[in-house]
Amino acid sequence: MVNVDLIVIGAGPAGMGAALAAKKHGVKDILILERADKAGGILPQCIHNGFGLHYFKQELTGPEYALRFARQIKEKQINIKLSTMVTGITADKIVTAISKADGLIKYRAKAIVLAMGCRERARGAIRIPGGRPAGVITAGAAQRFTNMEGLMPGKEVVILGSGDIGLIMARRLTLEGSKVKAVCEIMPQSGGLQRNISQCLNDFDIPLMLSTTVCEIHGSERVTGVTIARVDDNLNPIEETRQYIPCDTLMLSVGLIPENELSQGAGVSLAANGGAATDKYMHTNVPGIFAAGNVAHVHDLVDFVTEEAEEAGKNAAKFILNKKLDGKGYAFREKKTPSSAPLDPNEKRLICIVCPVGCEMSVYFDEGGNIASIKNNRCKRGLAWAKEEFTAPKRVLTSTVRRGNKWVPVKTKGAIPKALLFDAMSALKKISLTGNATVGTVVAPNIAGTGVDVVLTDDVEQ
Amino acid sequence: MKVAIIGGGVIGALTALELTRYECDTVILEKASDVSAGGASKANSGIVHAGFDATPGTNKAVFNARGSAMMPQVCQQLDARYKRNGSMVLAFSKRESAGQQKLLNQGLANGVEGLSIITGDEAREIEPALSKEVISVLWAKTGGIVCPYSLAMNAAASAKKNGAQVMTNTEVIGIGKADGAFVIATTQGEVEADYVINAAGVHADKIANMAGDDSFSIIPRRGEYMLFDKKIGGLVSHTIFQMPSERGKGVLVTPTVDGNLLTGPNAQDLSGTNKEDVATTSQGQDYVWASARRAVPGLTRGELITSFAGMRAVSNTDDFILGFSTVPRFINAAGIQSPGLSASPAIAKHLASLVASAEQLPERARFDPLFTSIPHAMEMSEAELHALIAQNPAFGNIICRCETVTEGHILHAIQDGATDIDGVKYRTRAGMGRCQGGFCMPRVLEIIALATGQNYTSISKKGGGSYILTAERGATVG
Repeated sequence: MVNVDLIVIGAGPAGMGAALAAKKHGVKDILILERADKAGGILPQCIHNGFGLHYFKQELTGPEYALRFARQIKEKQINIKLSTMVTGITADKIVTAISKADGLIKYRAKAIVLAMGCRERARGAIRIPGGRPAGVITAGAAQRFTNMEGLMPGKEVVILGSGDIGLIMARRLTLEGSKVKAVCEIMPQSGGLQRNISQCLNDFDIPLMLSTTVCEIHGSERVTGVTIARVDDNLNPIEETRQYIPCDTLMLSVGLIPENELSQGAGVSLAANGGAATDKYMHTNVPGIFAAGNVAHVHDLVDFVTEEAEEAGKNAAKFILNKKLDGKGYAFREKKTPSSAPLDPNEKRLICIVCPVGCEMSVYFDEGGNIASIKNNRCKRGLAWAKEEFTAPKRVLTSTVRRGNKWVPVKTKGAIPKALLFDAMSALKKISLTGNATVGTVVAPNIAGTGVDVVLTDDVEQ
Repeated sequence: MKVAIIGGGVIGALTALELTRYECDTVILEKASDVSAGGASKANSGIVHAGFDATPGTNKAVFNARGSAMMPQVCQQLDARYKRNGSMVLAFSKRESAGQQKLLNQGLANGVEGLSIITGDEAREIEPALSKEVISVLWAKTGGIVCPYSLAMNAAASAKKNGAQVMTNTEVIGIGKADGAFVIATTQGEVEADYVINAAGVHADKIANMAGDDSFSIIPRRGEYMLFDKKIGGLVSHTIFQMPSERGKGVLVTPTVDGNLLTGPNAQDLSGTNKEDVATTSQGQDYVWASARRAVPGLTRGELITSFAGMRAVSNTDDFILGFSTVPRFINAAGIQSPGLSASPAIAKHLASLVASAEQLPERARFDPLFTSIPHAMEMSEAELHALIAQNPAFGNIICRCETVTEGHILHAIQDGATDIDGVKYRTRAGMGRCQGGFCMPRVLEIIALATGQNYTSISKKGGGSYILTAERGATVG
């Protein structure tokens, strides 16, 4: 039995945020246990951008966001054990872990922060009838194959569920040459962020079919197609609207479930959402066990995970140092609900991505399709961006490039013309890296003649 | 002397093992990419029936009683998971209660021990989750549960260890004769044999036809199931049946040997051309769900992790067709529907003895049926696991989070013959948990690729055209 003041389970954004906050508030003896061979949780496979707007006031990719914390963990000399799986936690805070290096090992902690994140809901949980062929894959697994392994999960894809991961993967697979035939969403509105619908679907003319579900999977060896149908008010498929779509892949993005099997083993109560129930100090019902991030509730933005984790880490420190838990605590923040569709046919709405404020602007068009006026922007930068968005749209491209038999994440340092995205993708395919490099290193100057460089979005070593 | 067994399900595998007791050559010809992968042995209720259902004197009755008695020892030898959990048959009306008395008498005639009829209240003392509408229960203390695919796979592995040959991806396409021996045409070339044992499940009639025996036909009867998370695996401890009908034993609710909760099957007869259509249907799922809730109203859908369907091979005689055919040295084991799994050890022993006594085969001196599978990490004591990791660090690398399956375990399964994702899944349980392979499938694929030297893109879910990946990156965009 090894005694440790604070054990943090999981080195994703929640775990790293909590550990750093606990260190800052006076805990010296901290150990993070992480099952993957790299810190960052799910972020290393989330190579797209859109992270950090709230917390860092700048737009980062997933690997960049994770790297900022991983570097701090190193600098502050916080102990982290990678490739280590926690298999049990007890109410008296004994943690059992398994790894190649240590075998089976037990720790006794004064406090624990649960930061295990969540997992994807799978096909079984949503009961789609039909065969059980290969080619039914969750968006997260598809993302791992595509971004981490350089392997393609499908050529002709139908996506069920319009959560953010599904939308992001629709774009990613399209950029890699797959045909995404439709995104079906059983609800009358998408669960994804407005800007993802805009940049991941609309940019590539991928149809978003609302109030529509997949009601049968065809194929015995590999998926050969799916039958989709519109649903009624009770979400039951309407027979007459059944429609067959040939495809080789059904990708599921149908929700995330907090991963709380370990928490339950320690006697932690769960809330109705399946997450670990906490008070505003992120303290569970078990004294000294705290929870933060998607293990407590599924967040839309990682920035809020970090803020919540800092509260958990701070309070775990207070608990260890026998201080009273006080202060204003932390309230779970949900994203802004998307507004209703505009009533004026000449109006289009878009959410500004220039700064974290995220103004929802109304752009009005004249008869000739030119911009007549723009309203609800709070600054001039937004005005300029909106004009550009409707005249010569630009996008930041994120992808990966080959390095030996691995793939490493990259992005264009600034936005490039939308029309040149596929040219840039083709150029990136020719790149093969060798040697070590740090985040920000230019790997392809002036990509596709845009004048914009492509840079690494992670440190690359070993 | 060579015996070819067509079909590597639980009957074929156990029969192969029984044959290796004797001085003869045995080969299993299996169409799918793995043993126990294609047919009824993979997807069924996993029940060892006490033996009161079958009409006395039928093959079903005789072999169920014998097989069920042999099962504990066979499972122990083969390290297949088995548990005698007892079963209950529920009656919701006076008419059904009267039927229970008939079942009890039938059970006594079949030699089943430990049968009694108790009241609904008495039953709810033992199984509190039972419906309040239940008025009486036939309680069979000898009912059990078994893992059907580990029984079949371990039997095949043990047979292999004892000298049998297992040919997978080997579909029989014709059976001829030359110089008195059978010449079996397969997708992997010709195989000669002196005896053929037809254990081809739903295809047994087609195989018999190839040899010139058209004495029976097989109707595929599909059954759908719903499998629930281990979190509610303890909702009932017995296998809960409702009163049987002419279409089978109806929808049961049972714990599995692995700690999940299983319910199903319905019964849907398919036309002869649809023998492998194991698709689930919304009607089937709704029926299973409603029937299960009738017995156990507290069941909730929230913990559902997967649905699947299996195929029973129902013969036109409605009994097992066992023994020599009209074609000399051609032996049928056909129509092995429920209670076929329960009867399988007895059927295997019987089939092997038919060959052995016809040929007066001597027993082999070095026959050792014992098979030990790698213990699951969570079944080991902490000290044992720690020691194992020290010896082989791959056992410290957990790949499947939900079921705590290690890299070492997966590598062992590959050595045992797993070549695809399902082969690993059915040997180790990697991917059988609540996330259904969401996290571990890409990693299992990588381990198979590295261990077998195959390309990532050539690794499949279950052989044939069930490829997982469509391309390596870079090859798709021109």
